[in-house]
Amino acid sequence: MTESRQAVTSDVDAMRREEHDLVVVGGGPAGLGAAQAAYDEGVDDIVILERDFELGGILQQCVHPGFGLEYFEEELTGPEYAQEFIENVAERGVDIRLDTMVLEVTHDRTVYAVNDEDGVTEIDAEKVILAMGCRERTRDALDIPGSRPAGIFTAGTAQRLINMEGKLPGEKAVILGSGDVGLIMARHMHLEGAEVEAVLEIMPYTGGITRNVVQCLEDFDIPLRTQQTITEIHGNDRVEGVTVQEVDDDFEPIPGTEYEIECDTVLLSVGLIPENELSVDAGVELHSVTGGPIVDETRETNVEDIYACGNVLHVHDVVDWVTEESMIAGRSAARSLQDRVETRKEPIEIESTAKLRYVVPDRISTIDPDREEIPLYMRVHAPMEDVFVTLSSGGEELTRTFERRAEPGEMVTLNVDSDTLAELPEPRLELDVVQREEA
Amino acid sequence: MTETVSITCIRCPIGCDIELEVEDGEILSLEGADCIQGEEYAREEFRNPTRVLPTTVRVTGGVLPYVPVKTAEPIPKGKLEAAVEELATVEVEAPVELGDVIVENICDTGVAIVATRDLPAAEEGPVAAD
Repeated sequence: MTESRQAVTSDVDAMRREEHDLVVVGGGPAGLGAAQAAYDEGVDDIVILERDFELGGILQQCVHPGFGLEYFEEELTGPEYAQEFIENVAERGVDIRLDTMVLEVTHDRTVYAVNDEDGVTEIDAEKVILAMGCRERTRDALDIPGSRPAGIFTAGTAQRLINMEGKLPGEKAVILGSGDVGLIMARHMHLEGAEVEAVLEIMPYTGGITRNVVQCLEDFDIPLRTQQTITEIHGNDRVEGVTVQEVDDDFEPIPGTEYEIECDTVLLSVGLIPENELSVDAGVELHSVTGGPIVDETRETNVEDIYACGNVLHVHDVVDWVTEESMIAGRSAARSLQDRVETRKEPIEIESTAKLRYVVPDRISTIDPDREEIPLYMRVHAPMEDVFVTLSSGGEELTRTFERRAEPGEMVTLNVDSDTLAELPEPRLELDVVQREEA
Repeated sequence: MTETVSITCIRCPIGCDIELEVEDGEILSLEGADCIQGEEYAREEFRNPTRVLPTTVRVTGGVLPYVPVKTAEPIPKGKLEAAVEELATVEVEAPVELGDVIVENICDTGVAIVATRDLPAAEEGPVAAD
C-alpha cells in the first residue's frame, strides 16, 4: 500500500504530498460502488479515505435482511452486502486508508486528510467523489421540550450499540418515528429483551415499508400509534417517561389528548440529513429539498471534477439504488478522465411539476457515446395510486412509466434513452404525474 | 366455528390486506389479494409463518466483540424468541468468516445459524465481550 503513494516531503514542512487520479471520500456502499466502477472503467490510481476502522459504512450495523434484492437478486443482510463490495475493491488493488479523516476538500480538488500513521496528507486529485453518506436528525432538531436526562438515542446509535458493541441501551423504550430504522429497532430491542411500549408517528401513515410493519411490529404486538408525538421528556439523571399527544392535520398537538408512558429510553427515528459540510466548504451548491449537491446526470456538482453519490446526494430507501448511482458517478468520472465524453453546448434542464418532491439529476450536460440510457430518480409528494410518470419536451411526450402505487418513501425511476435526447424540441425535459384515467 | 383472520401481504410494496375465513385450521375463503402471490403468501402465513432471524453472537479475540449472524433458512415465527435466548449462550472465537456455521441446528428446527460477515482477529490483545 505504501509503495503506491507518491510521497514528496518538502523541505519547508513535513506534510506528506501525493497526487492521484481519483479520491473517494467515504468507504460505505456509495464510495465502494464508485471506486469499483471507476476501476472497471480503466482508472487504477484510486484512493478511498474512510474515517472508521473498517469499510462498509452503516451497512455493518444493519444486520437484518432486506438488502440486495435489486442488485444481487437475492436477499442479503447489510454486512453480507457490504462484504461483496469490500472484497471487490480489495481484489482491484484500490488504495484503502482506514481511520483517516478528511479535513477539507478545496474547490480545486486538493484533499486534506489526517490519520495516526501519516499525520496530515495533502492530496492533489484529478477527480473527487464525495460519498460521506448522511446522519440522523437529533432531538435538538425537533425541539422536544423537557429535561435532558440520559437515555435518549437516535435509532442508528442504538443499532450500533446493540449489533456491534453488544450493549442494550435500555429496558423500556418508546420509539419516535416509524421509518424503517425505527421499525427495525423496535424488533431488535424486543428480541434483545427490552420492552417496546409504542412506536409513535406524527404522520397519518408509517414512513416504513409494509414488510417492516408486519415483521417488526405486528409479529411482536408492538403498537404503532399514528398522528401522535412526544411533547415532553421527563426524568433527571435518566429518562423516566414521556408525555404523548395526538396531533391535528397541521401536526399541532391537540390539547386534552395528553397521556404519559413510563420508559427509560427514547429512540428517535425522525429522518436523515445528508452530511455535506465538506461539500459546502468546497463551494458545492446544495439542493433546497434533498439537502444534497445539485448534480448533472454524471453526478458532477457545480464544482468541476467534484462528484457526489449515495446518501450524501439524496437519502435513498434501498442500498441497491445507492450502488447503482455510485457506479454512475464512478464510471462517469473515469470516462471524463479518459476524455471519452463531450460537454453539451447547452445543458438539458430537467423540470418537474409540484406533484414531485424532487428529481435527481438536475440537468443533463454531457454526451457519452457509451451510455445507452439515463435513469431519472424522483420522489412523489404524497401517496398516489394508478399513475403514470411522464417525460415530455416542448409539449411532446417522450416516455412514461406506470406506478400501481407511488409513495414518498419509495423512489420512482424513469429511464431515458440516449437516442431520444439527440432530437429534443427544446433543451428542457418536463416530468409530470398523471392519473391513469386522465392519461 | 368460523373466524376471520387478517393478513397483510408483504410480497410487494402494495401490501394487500387479505381476509381469511377459517374453520378448524382450514381456510374456507380468502379475499382481498390483488394477485396470486398474495393468495400464496396468505396461505403460507396462516399455516406456517416463518421468518429469517438476524441477530448477533459474542466473539472473543476479534476486532469487534460481536459478530452478526442469521438463520440460514426461515424458521417458524414462534421460535424466534427461543432462538435468541439460545444464541445468548453462544460464544465463538475470532477469526470468523462469512458463512461459518455457528450453530448447526437452532432450537431443533434443523436450520443452521451462519455468520454474515468476516470478523478478523484483533492484532493487539483481544477485545473482551461484555
